[in-house]
Amino acid sequence: MSSNSEALKNIKNKQRRQKLFASLKHEKNKDRHTKRAERAKEERANPELKEERLATNVPETIESKRVFDETIQDEVEGEDGFESYFSADTAKEPKILLTTNANARKQAYEFADLLMEIFPNVTFVKRKREFSMKDMSKFCINRDYTDLIVINEDKKNVNGITFIHLPEGPTFYFSISSLVDAKRIAGHGRASDHIPELVLNNFNTRLGKTVGRLFQSLFPHRPEFQGRQVVTLHNQRDYIFFRRHRYIFRNEERVGLQELGPQFTLKLRRVQKGIKDEIEWEHRPDMERDKRKFYL
Amino acid sequence: MSDEVIWQVINNQFCAFKIKTTKDQNFCRNEYNVSGLCSRQSCPLANARYATVKNVDGKLYLYMKTAERAHMPSRMWERIKLSKNYNKALGQIDEHLQYWQKFLIHKCKQRLTRLTQVAITERRLELREEERHYVGVKPKVKRREQTRERKALAAAKIEKAIEKELLERLKSGAYGDKPLNVDENIWKKVLGKVGDEEELDEDDEELEDEDLEEYDEDSDVGEVEYVEDDGDDELVDMEDLERWLDDSSADENESSDSDDSDEEESKKRKTVGDDSKRKKRRPRVEIEYEQEEEPLTNIAAS
Repeated sequence: MSSNSEALKNIKNKQRRQKLFASLKHEKNKDRHTKRAERAKEERANPELKEERLATNVPETIESKRVFDETIQDEVEGEDGFESYFSADTAKEPKILLTTNANARKQAYEFADLLMEIFPNVTFVKRKREFSMKDMSKFCINRDYTDLIVINEDKKNVNGITFIHLPEGPTFYFSISSLVDAKRIAGHGRASDHIPELVLNNFNTRLGKTVGRLFQSLFPHRPEFQGRQVVTLHNQRDYIFFRRHRYIFRNEERVGLQELGPQFTLKLRRVQKGIKDEIEWEHRPDMERDKRKFYL
Repeated sequence: MSDEVIWQVINNQFCAFKIKTTKDQNFCRNEYNVSGLCSRQSCPLANARYATVKNVDGKLYLYMKTAERAHMPSRMWERIKLSKNYNKALGQIDEHLQYWQKFLIHKCKQRLTRLTQVAITERRLELREEERHYVGVKPKVKRREQTRERKALAAAKIEKAIEKELLERLKSGAYGDKPLNVDENIWKKVLGKVGDEEELDEDDEELEDEDLEEYDEDSDVGEVEYVEDDGDDELVDMEDLERWLDDSSADENESSDSDDSDEEESKKRKTVGDDSKRKKRRPRVEIEYEQEEEPLTNIAAS
């Protein structure tokens, strides 16, 4: 390799140098392809070789190098405000009030429409400027709502969403990015109004579990399986990807998925105790300095 | 210098306070200007006799200058504090500008009105708790987050993860004994692969029972035969019931099982008391039982 680069350096004519470089590169690629083909052939004859190779050759990923977090795999201890939803005797059906920031523009209402289709038992109310979130929470508690969702729009972009669990909190603020409408997803299906199943992936730490419980408490306990719909919140590196699919079991090993849309990505920014009270956890940009440290 | 000379310079040559626009009207940013427009009448530099209203630290003052003090720049402006009461302040303006030009009186009042409105708005904004927290986002941080999101999405392999999770649910029996979301043949295959034999036996028996009952549901003709079949079926049910009860006494089973036994007890009562016509309704009861059976996967999985 070094001799090759030396040889290249010694050629003064740029065109000849490029030509030589291209041929060297071509050779290298060819070599790699033949090796791969040979290996594939061997492994086809002897599948154990492949297993062995896959077992030894495990790539290192950011996930595998994650900075140890002592709350991973712990049970949820103490109170996080969702106990009443999960204990059988005090469980209430989720009842959600959805609204936007004051003076919201069209985009916020469009997003509200999307959310109305996703969450069962949700009511939309146009935001009035004179009522703060705390006021609205009080009204909602009086009317037996279990959650208040407030969409935040800024400069004609939906950029945030607040979830307030009622009656006692906590309050979560997420930023929203990469919002893709169902119409723009190729081959998308149409959602039915069955209660979907919920898949929550990778919510591991204590904070992550609390966030997972937040999403669980937004959907009723009893999914309607005949709808074959599944809502996924997949946490990867603190980004929570929202997806919605219809599935079909093709056989006992394969599942077909059809995306129903919409897609968007949430990122947790702030957790507050109670209804917008004391800040429990807040995202700061310097938390991301180490790219292997995750909080969810 | 006479006012006229000053105005000639400002208008035709240069004024540091002038803002030229593409339209006909130019603006003035001198803070003593009463209207904000660049014109002969409202120019605070080219008028020796001039009056304006200013807001100084939240208090409104009427500022006046006259030709008599024009040679003393430090004492040029005479100011009078205006009352907080809007009507009284208007009266003050009338009083102090008694023999002044109509234009200045009118503009001072207009400015007083506007400044009062601004003060009210400011006070209201101050009182209202701001809901939104504005956090500055540096472009670098924004770009970093976008990149990391893109890479996280690639690493997530979301569809694969969903498929895996769904298959796990299917195989662990989270969808119940008779799932509505699986094709029957596939479900049978899955059941065949399930490890625990006891469970498997139970499931199979239940399936058989259900099959029989479904068959009953289908056949409407031949009532006498139907009754006899049903009776047999009932016997099986009774045996089942006994077995269930034994099981539950041996080790506490799931709640679904107890539901089952209740169900069958009720059936038994019906059959003892009633004639065959009543029995026909049984499949309807069966449907109810399915709905009760729905497992709580939204809770179970995390």
